[in-house]
Parts: sequence; C-alpha cells; structure tokens
Amino acid sequence: MEAFAVSLGVHIYLVKAIIMFIIAALSVTFMAVISGLTTWFERRIAGRMQSRIGPNRVGPQGLLQFVADAVKLFMKEDLIPKGADRLLFKMSPYLCMIGVFAPFVVLPWGMGIIAADLNVGVLYLISITALVVVGTLMAGWGSNNKWSLLGGMRSAAQIVSYEIPVAMGLLPSILFAGSLSMIGLMNAQGWAPWQWSAFQNPFTMIAFLIFFTGSLAEGNRVPFDLPEAESELVSGFNTEYSGFRFAVYFLAEWANLYVIGALTTAVFLGGGNLPEALQPYWYLSIFLFLLKTFFIMFVIIWLRWTLPRFRIDQLMDLSWKYLLPLSFIAFFGQAVYMLIDHQFPVIDMVTGPIMFLIFLLVLLKFFYRVAINFREQNKTVNTRA
Amino acid sequence: MTADLKTSYMTINMGPQHPSTHGVIRFILKTNGEIIYHCEPDIGYLHRSIEKIAESVTWQGFVPYTDRVDYVCSMNANWAYCLAVEKMMGIEIPERAEYIRVIVGELNRISSHLIAIGTADMDMGAVTPFVHCLREREYINDLLERVCGARLTYNYMTIGGVANDLPADFIQKTVEFLNHFEFAMEQINRLVTYNRIFINRFASLGVITPEQAINYNLVGPNLRGSGVNYDLRKDEPYSIYSKLDFDIPVGTGSEGILGDCYDRYIVRAKEIKESVKLIRQCLNQLPSGEIQAKVKNVIKPPQGHIYVRTETPRGDTGYFLYSNNKTSPYRLKIRTGSFTAMSIIPEISQGLFIADLVALIGSLDVVAPEVDR
Repeated sequence: MEAFAVSLGVHIYLVKAIIMFIIAALSVTFMAVISGLTTWFERRIAGRMQSRIGPNRVGPQGLLQFVADAVKLFMKEDLIPKGADRLLFKMSPYLCMIGVFAPFVVLPWGMGIIAADLNVGVLYLISITALVVVGTLMAGWGSNNKWSLLGGMRSAAQIVSYEIPVAMGLLPSILFAGSLSMIGLMNAQGWAPWQWSAFQNPFTMIAFLIFFTGSLAEGNRVPFDLPEAESELVSGFNTEYSGFRFAVYFLAEWANLYVIGALTTAVFLGGGNLPEALQPYWYLSIFLFLLKTFFIMFVIIWLRWTLPRFRIDQLMDLSWKYLLPLSFIAFFGQAVYMLIDHQFPVIDMVTGPIMFLIFLLVLLKFFYRVAINFREQNKTVNTRA
Repeated sequence: MTADLKTSYMTINMGPQHPSTHGVIRFILKTNGEIIYHCEPDIGYLHRSIEKIAESVTWQGFVPYTDRVDYVCSMNANWAYCLAVEKMMGIEIPERAEYIRVIVGELNRISSHLIAIGTADMDMGAVTPFVHCLREREYINDLLERVCGARLTYNYMTIGGVANDLPADFIQKTVEFLNHFEFAMEQINRLVTYNRIFINRFASLGVITPEQAINYNLVGPNLRGSGVNYDLRKDEPYSIYSKLDFDIPVGTGSEGILGDCYDRYIVRAKEIKESVKLIRQCLNQLPSGEIQAKVKNVIKPPQGHIYVRTETPRGDTGYFLYSNNKTSPYRLKIRTGSFTAMSIIPEISQGLFIADLVALIGSLDVVAPEVDR
C-alpha cells in the first residue's frame, strides 16, 4: 500500500483515509439495503404465517416494497410535537442508528473478511449497542407524551437488565477462544456443526440459549417487545415520530435484527468457516455466513409472529432470577470443562457430537409434530357462494 | 434524598383511540409509574340513542337497529328482540324456524367468541392467532351471507320466524366447515391458549370472586368464568334449547385463582366447542316446514310490558318493551352484558399494570356499541 501511495505521490494517510471511507460507505449502504430487505423478508413470512400473502406488488415478489415505503416516509411532514424537547427529540433517532450501525465495523462477513478486526471486538460491540438505550430513553422523554415516556422507561429498564445476561452468555465462547476479536472467536470453531461453539458442550449450549434470549430482549423483539408493545403503549417511544425520523428508527430496528443474527453466527454457529477443501473459494464463506445469519433472523421473525408478550415484571424476573444465575453457571461450568479438557483432550471429541445429536433429535421431534399437523389439517373447506 | 422528593400520580388518558379498548371507550388512569392506582371508565363515545329511536319506528322496523346494538353478534341481538315481541303478542313460531334460529345463533356465537379470543390474544402481543381466528370467522361470515345476504349486520330474524329459508347446500357446507373448524380451533388453542407465556399473563390476574360477579351483575362467560353455573339456555330455556344436549363450561381456576382472566378466556374457548355440538345436533334434527308464522304487516302488541332475556355471546341480554297498543314501542330498554362488565373494571384494576388492564378488558370481552347503545 505504501509503495502504491508513493508511486502516486500522495501521503499514505490520504490513501488509508480513502480506503476507510470506501469501506464505511459500502458497509452503511449494505446495511441499509439489508435492513430494507429484512422488512420485506419479515412481512412475507408474517404473511405466510397468517394465511395471507404479504407485499407482492412493488418489484418482483414485492422485493422493492421497502423502497416505496421509504419514499413515502421521506415525503411525509416532519412533525415535532408541541412542548417536546426539540434537541433530544431530534437527536434520538441518530443515536439509535449509530448504536445499530457502528457494530458493523466489527461484524465479519466470512472467513477473515471484516472491516476492522479490533482485538476487543466483542467488548466494543456490547458497549456500542448500549447507545440504543440512550436513544430510546431520549425519545421517550423528549416526545412530551406519557405513552412514549412509559415506552422509553420500559426500554431502558429492559435493555440494561438484559445487557448482563447477553455479555455473560458470550463469555464461555470467549473463554474457549481466548480472544475478544471476532475473527479469533470464529477461528476457534471448526466448520462442522459439532465444532461450533453452540454445540461444544452443555455449558456453551446454555450460554447460546441465554445469549439468544437476551438478544431478543435487547433488540425489542417479541416476546420482549415491551417498549413498543403495540396493544398497550400504541407504539411506545416512537409514537410521535414521523417522516424521515421514523424511517431511521425503522432502519435501525431491522438492522439490529441483522446485527443479532450476524453476532450469533460469528460467535456460536461457526461463522463462515469452510472445510479445508473449500477454503480457496473464499466467496463461499460469505454465502455461508449470510445463510446462517438469515436463518437466525428467520427464527427471530418466526418467534415474533408466534409468541405472546411478557409483562414487565415477568421480563425482569426472567432476566434476574433465571438467565443471570444460569449464565454464571454456564461460565463456571465452561471454566471447569476447559480445565478437564486440558487434562483429557479427548472429551472435546465426545461432547460436541453428543450435543449435536441431541439437537438433531429435538429437530426430529419438531418435524414429526409439524408432519402430524399437516396431515390433520388436510381438510379443505369452501364456504363461499 | 428520596424523602424530600414530592411525587404525584400520573394521569394517563387511555382511549378513545387506543388499540386495546375494543372500540371507542376511554379510561382515565391514575398511575404510579406503570401501576394503576385508579381507573375510571368514560363511556358514551358510541352512543346512538338506539332506545329513543325505537320509540319512533315500527315494531318490525326496529329489528335492523338491534343489529347495531352489538354488531359482533347481531344475529343473537335480533333474536332477543324478536323473542320479546313474539312473547308479548303470543306468537308461536314454526319449529323449522326455531331450529334455523339456533343454528345461525350458535354460528354467530362462535364468530363472536372467535373475535373475543382473537382480540385477547392480540392484546397479549400474539398477532397470528388473531388473524387465524378472523380467518375462521370469515368462513362463518360466508355461511351466514349465503343465508341472509349480509356478513355483519344480518337483519335475518323477523317477528314470527326468519326472513328466508336455508340455501340448498347449506347443511353440507356447514358440516364441512365444522369438520375443518374443530381442528383449526384446536390448533389456535395449541398456538396460544396452552402457551406458557400466555397463561402466565392471564392466570391469577383480575380475579373476580363469584360473590363479586353476582354483585356487579356480570353475565355470560364473565359470570361463568367466576365459577357460577348460570346460563339462560339451561336455566330458563327458550326456543328449543331444552331439547338439545350441551354442557355449560364454567371456570375452575385451572391455572391460577378461580375467576381470573384465564378462566374467562377458557370458558369462551370451551363454549365454542359446545356451540359446534349444538349446531351439529340441529343440523341432524332439522325438520321441514314453514319458516315464518303468520304475522300481520302492521303489528300492535297489546297494552302492557314484558322483559325477555336471552343468552347472547356476551351474556344475558334483556329487552324491556312497553307497549301502549301503538305501531311503535312506547318505551324500549336494552340491558347488555358489556355495560355491567365495564362497571367492575375500576374495582378490579387497582394495583394492576397497564399491560394487565389491557388483559382484563380483553378477558371481559367488552364491546363498545353494546356498552353505549
């Protein structure tokens, strides 16, 4: 790079700055498109689950619906309610957006493909996503609306409580990998499912489930969507927002979905790791990574359209009484496991396949139930005249 | 430091345009954070003076208005009014008409309970079961549309019978629907009724003791949810209900305390099954013959008054009629279940979360037009 800069006759920092700028622009653009596509993804899935079609008019299969929605939102009047705290009101969407977009710096896209492999990647990610709390709290306070205030308060309480289980859930994997960097965490796992962190041993499995539950709560997704709770708080902290500001919230919410998916994939599901034979085809790893991420996103969407919502005290109970102690157990267990593993490395070969087998059995049971449902449901009815 | 802080209750306005008040009802909440200190229902936003209108329309002309008293189960509202006028005039209606009335009435009861269950689910954040409930309700709407041409406000029952006979393939289509529906209902139950999160939200919440339920004059599933076995179809049978075999589900406190929100909810879910049973029996026994008794075009019920009660999906609906032998009622008074259900909310809701109030309203199945009339 240096030689290239010298040959052009410009300073090395200028070249670096330009490259950074290009990467940032690419990430943010990708981000926006991903979150747009995710809205389409979610709405189509929701449609299928609810015996309807979902958006299918704009573009092929309704794929461009999010563009139409965004254009509509941009053309709307930007309202600021009377008596609102204008500074807080205006600032909050951008804080939310930063909180959700900044993690993209350390999110990998495949084997070794990452914008910046910070050596404290996970720590950075956990801390920067906490900005969202500040954003929602500011929106709740600044809107001069009691419902928004309740939403903002709920959001703050919820995200602060769930930060801890989420961080604790990541610890066993970090302990195993011995690294806080995303690439380090990914490299510590193999390509095969039984080499993934999630299936490594019972403790990482628990940690994975805790992390997943906690991320749902942090991302304000059902069954933990209390800050937005449509049927209780109308729309929660973003009730008073319209136009572009609302679009930003919209963007942030679905980008957050991608962040959760990507983080889960990278830390627990082997990231984009390929078998030895396939490693020259690096683009396959991007494909694999996105596939896993979208699967996790699909699961989150699926949960959203299936489950009812918790109540605020039940939500707190879950975090403080169950997830937190469990995550300590998982952390401690993982430490003990690693001690034993150090003495008898063979245990590593055994627990992984067993855990994966258990997972497969659960999956089998699930498909069995689905098959029964399908068979029983095969009674068509037409009552129309 | 906390000792010096002056705190006061926050007054929040819930409604009239709130997604969970089931229509235009307003609650003025005084809350301590999210915990309700006082809740005052403010009704009247949907008042249409239906009782006053009755005094200026003919006896038959009032039937379409009864549709609007409770548009979620207008067939049952028609029935209640027609039964009252028939009793007043001593009209015997043909047996086939009675069976048809039970069939459409129970179909309408199912669709009403589907709305109740679906909206309660949606209030708890589960949107998909709501859509599934509405999908099933669409089938019933289709069936009833084939019978009377309308999908919501049927205006099907007339004084002396029903407006028109069942279409040729109605029985076959209904049986087909019921076969499908029994499984679909089980699926909806599996999706949400037996869901742990849902049960935790509803169980031991908003407990109404049997004494309270009777004192506040709760009726229908709300009363039975508190464990009081009282159903007009069994206790004061009208129409042909005495000939039919069905059970009255009552709350048992299966998941929490007797009379909690879950009991009221599960009573509705069970009543749907009983209605299916009733419809099947009626379809099997359906006699042939006339559907309309001979009634004059202009009727003038004899001087006097009557109060007739029927069991609609929202409970005991009573019509008080006062006739002075004219072409229109001198006074008509409607007594509905939702109105009394509203009156118990302030007492029960104290100390609940706002989210719980939503659950409470959902479990009481309050319908705004029935409250205000």
